Formats: sequence, C-alpha cells, structure tokens
Amino acid sequence: MSDFEPRIVAFVCNWCTYAGADLTGTSRIKYASNVRIVRFPCTGRIDYMLLLKAFDEGADGIIVSGCHPNDCHYTSGNFHARRRWIMFRELCDLMGIEIERIQFSWVSAAEGAKWADVVNTTVTKIRELGPYTEYKKVANRPAKEVING
Amino acid sequence: MDELKNKVKALLEAKTVKVVIGYEEGTGKKPRALFAVKPEDASKLIYDSRCVFNLATYITKREIKGKGKMAITATLPVMRSIIQLASEFQVNDNNLLVIGLTPDNQVIEFKNLAEVETFIHKFEITIESKYKEALEKLGKMSRTDRWKWWIDELAPCFKCYACRAACPMCYCHRCTVDFNQPQWIPVPSHELGNLEWHIMRAVHLTGRCIDCDACANACPLGIPINLLNKRLLEDAKKHFGGYQPVLKGEHMMSTYKPDDKENFIR
Repeated sequence: MSDFEPRIVAFVCNWCTYAGADLTGTSRIKYASNVRIVRFPCTGRIDYMLLLKAFDEGADGIIVSGCHPNDCHYTSGNFHARRRWIMFRELCDLMGIEIERIQFSWVSAAEGAKWADVVNTTVTKIRELGPYTEYKKVANRPAKEVING
Repeated sequence: MDELKNKVKALLEAKTVKVVIGYEEGTGKKPRALFAVKPEDASKLIYDSRCVFNLATYITKREIKGKGKMAITATLPVMRSIIQLASEFQVNDNNLLVIGLTPDNQVIEFKNLAEVETFIHKFEITIESKYKEALEKLGKMSRTDRWKWWIDELAPCFKCYACRAACPMCYCHRCTVDFNQPQWIPVPSHELGNLEWHIMRAVHLTGRCIDCDACANACPLGIPINLLNKRLLEDAKKHFGGYQPVLKGEHMMSTYKPDDKENFIR
C-alpha cells in the first residue's frame, strides 16, 4: 500500500477555515497536498449528502471545517451544523460507515498553523486506514481510478 | 365502536366537517383508509389492532385537504403526527378536527389542537424493547459487520417509496430523491442508491419522526428501516434530551444550544 495517496475532500466555510487555509499558504507553511478544498458560504450550508457524494466520487477521507462556536459570520450557522453533525455521525455509526474518515474541526482565519496540522493528521490517519474500498465497492468504482491524471 | 360511529355520523350530518378519515375493512383482511363524506359511510368505520398505518399521511394530501374541513380518527401516534404537522403549518384548527382513540379505548372529541397537544404530552415516546434489543445487538457488532449487515438488509430494496408514502412527515411535493439535476440519489435498485436513500430518509426525519412504525409496516420486503429512526430517537434523547411534538416552539433540529456537547470536533 506504499503507493497509496489518500484523496481528501475538505468542505470549509468561506469566512474562517478558507481564510485560515489562505493564511497557511501566505505563511508558507508546507502541508500535505492530498486535500481538495471546496468553499461554502457557511458550515450550515454543508449538506450531509455532499459528504456521502464525496465518498461516492472516490474520496478516502473528508474534512469538514468552519468557524469556532460564537464566531459564525451568520451568527448561528455553525451551531446548527454542529447539531446536524452530531446526529449524522450517530447515523453513520449505526450504518457502519467509517466515521473516522470524516474529520470535523473548527479552524479560524487566524489559525493557519492549525489548518496545516488538521490536514496533516487527517492525511496520516487516512494513510493508515488505507483506501475506502468498502464504499468504493458499493459505489461501483474501481479502487484505483485516476482522476486528473 | 358505536360511540365512534355515532360521533362521525353526527359530524357529517351536522355538516361540521366535509370528510372524515378513518379505517375501513379492506381486501385480504387488511384495513384501509376510509374517507367518509356521507353520514351513512360512518357505518363502515372499524378500529382494531390491525389498524396500524398512520392516517395523518392523508391530511396533507391536496385531494383530501381540498374537500374542506377534515376530521380524523386518531390513535396516539397519529395525534403526535398531527401536532408535528400543525407546528410545520400543514394543518390548523380551521381545517382539522381530531377524534382521539386513546390507548385505554376511549373516544375523545378534541375541541382544538391545543387540547390534543396537552393529551399527547401525557405520554412519553418510548421505543419498544424488541427494537432496543435489535439496536443493542447491532451496536455490539464490529463496524465492518454492521456495514455488511445493512448492505445485505437493504439489498432487496427496489425503492418503491412505500416508506415515504406511508410517512406523514414526508409531505414534500418534490422529494430530494426525485431530483435529477443534480441526481442526488441513483434511481436504480443498487446498493449505493439504497444506502443513500435510507440515510437521507432517516436524516430528514431527525427530530420529526414520532415513532409510529408506519414506514416499516408499509415496506413490502419487511426491511427494518425504522431501526434508523429509532436510533436517531435514542440519540436525540442522549444528546439533546429528547423531544415531543409541540404546536409552538422550536424543533430539535431547527434550534441549537451554544453549549451542545460533542467529542469529535477538533
């Protein structure tokens, strides 16, 4: 499994984590390049179906990140999101979906270093877990499909 | 029973309501829904232990709603559904009259929905022990076994959407599963589509499901899909102290507490 490169999708909010990830870049902090960032207006907009679709499209891991509680640009989006994630996680657990592959985090616009850390630890974790063959099998996709070359 | 029939007959004779929704004898010893519009229809009414499907499904249907004021013979789960639907602005006092069939076999004619609300709050929503055991058994399995168990269990599902049709809370005119641009859920009877459909159904019912088991009873293949809802009901209790349908006030999933506890966000 040494040639396995995890493919990770990050769903981030525009106001905190996206800006945080930007800061990581401008601070020239190096971090794993396995992550594909998708920007959302708010964590409250991140539908659980999008997470399922990410797995379906061949993601091995997912990062969902937004503003810290009380820091939401829209006052309460992240609070609502948190409730939803709590319930969604429990459901995934019951269905036998590997919940360790979904990393939830709060990364503010000032936490460039934390973003690098979140990505790096997630990549290490997914590397240990290996490709998410279970879901890929169900989604009928070959485990080693090459996207973008 | 006669009490119920007389009440319904009186309502229709006095033209207080245009239609009464109840149970009647169907084919193959299975009860079906009765929509009584004439006083003589009242004699067809039945109510026994076979009447398990949730009549509240019909009160959001345009064909029934369009007839005018409705009355419904409602068991405890049906009453809960009605209050939930009322809080979602689907029904109100002006278009619905509730005739309650209580767990101790009484027939109560409620004056308004507020009375129904007070009545249902006397009873906790409790999960039957057989389902609790099933959930515990699942919980003890390893994750991979659980995954396999669900994939096998959901494999026969061909998405007839009987579960959706039977559920009073699934009243959206256009369901996410019907969307094809983008196609959220693959339509064919296929492992992925089945998995996603049942996850979606369960999540959309989070904080709204009142545990009437209509979905599992409606499933032609006997898939225990209500286990998902029951687990979410248990989790709601664990994390947010449970819920009861209320006429006014916040729903569990449309509100939040700044100090909601979780242990997985870093």
